[in-house]
Amino acid sequence: MNDTTPETTPSQTVGPYLHIGLHWPNGPFVVAEDHPGGIWIRGTLTDGAGQPVPDGLIETWQADPNGRFDHSDDPRGAASYPGFRAFGRCDTDERGEFGILTLRPGAVPGPGDTVQAPHIDVSVFARGMLHRTVTRVYFPENTEANAADPVLSGITDPRARSTLIAEPATDGYRFDIRLQGENETVFFDI
Amino acid sequence: MTTTPQGNEKHAVPGYVRDHGTHPPLDYPGYGSTALRHPKRPLQLLPHLLTEVTGPLLGEGPIGELDHDLTRQHAGEPQGQRIIVHGRVRESDGRPVPHTLIEVWQANAGGRYRHTGDNWPCPLDPNFTGVGRTITDAEGRYRFVTVRPGAYPWKNHDNAWRPAHIHFSLFGRAFTQRLVTQMYFPGDPLFFQDPMWNSIPDEKARERLLCRFDYENTQPEWALAYEWDIVLRGRESTPFESEVDDD
Ligand SMILES: [Fe+2]
Repeated sequence: MNDTTPETTPSQTVGPYLHIGLHWPNGPFVVAEDHPGGIWIRGTLTDGAGQPVPDGLIETWQADPNGRFDHSDDPRGAASYPGFRAFGRCDTDERGEFGILTLRPGAVPGPGDTVQAPHIDVSVFARGMLHRTVTRVYFPENTEANAADPVLSGITDPRARSTLIAEPATDGYRFDIRLQGENETVFFDI
Repeated sequence: MTTTPQGNEKHAVPGYVRDHGTHPPLDYPGYGSTALRHPKRPLQLLPHLLTEVTGPLLGEGPIGELDHDLTRQHAGEPQGQRIIVHGRVRESDGRPVPHTLIEVWQANAGGRYRHTGDNWPCPLDPNFTGVGRTITDAEGRYRFVTVRPGAYPWKNHDNAWRPAHIHFSLFGRAFTQRLVTQMYFPGDPLFFQDPMWNSIPDEKARERLLCRFDYENTQPEWALAYEWDIVLRGRESTPFESEVDDD
């Protein structure tokens, strides 16, 4: 660090009109609709009164089915996966709902000799949020991997931990995000 | 600050600086809508592992030729003061962030958004959508052409008005660097009553959201220029860099 180190720019809310600036028609499609193995991760974003948040934005970032990233900062090297964008974005509708069509991520190395269970990083933005919040989606069928996951196992309260486990649904999974209140989703200090 | 490499030798990755002091709190009573939209449980510390130090590299996305010029997206030109907004995107360790996507959205010159939810009595401008995007160049530079947005009223408190601002969204190179913010103009008389501005605890940090009037880049007979640099969280120093420092 030296005197010329610039200091970071503060966050501000996306405000009520995020839909005009951040809506991507293809945002929810991490893979195309006809891609084999596609799963929908759908959920509702709700506030502390249990009301849907219609002016929110969900973004996802994840490893490919082999647990790799198309990014040179991964010490294993960048690896691309055909037809897979790894990033998803969906603004919430008037019922607070969102959906992302993606592939199941693979397991990813963690600290030391640990292995992180398959997971998806999620950013949540909304009017009324001065800064994004961050959470993670884990998958219910990976019981053993989830138990050994260094991030999940750092959450001591089992009820809180369960807010990060998606529920099976007919076309994929359900992952509701509760900003506040009973069963508030676990959010991370990132 | 010291490095905490995450992972074993093979998967060691430097983390990113945690810049909590810069940002507003999620619970800020002055901004009424935060009341039901902030988590009450303490945040759980997330180490910066592979998913966090990587991120979408959207530099080659489909950017139209006029996406950076909000004054040329319609048949005619929009009303208002034409301005150039330009600057650099860097990381807090000083290095530029090249080829990264920047998205902007804003109200028109009168302060009205082209959004179904914005119904205050100010006309829409048929020649202004108020949405732009661009990619930074190899040195992290960006440039938009637009019109200066107007202030607009909202219902947060009695006679509440938002200072003129442009919404900015940035990705950087890593999930940790994602930033959505607002750029403001120097000397705006509305800051004193604006909870967004005042939610940032450190006054110096607030001022980092102000652009600077840039006479040098002001174009004669055409547009005023404003310069605004954006700084995303940088990496904690790596072992390699510490070795270099020791020389
Ligand atoms: Fe705004």
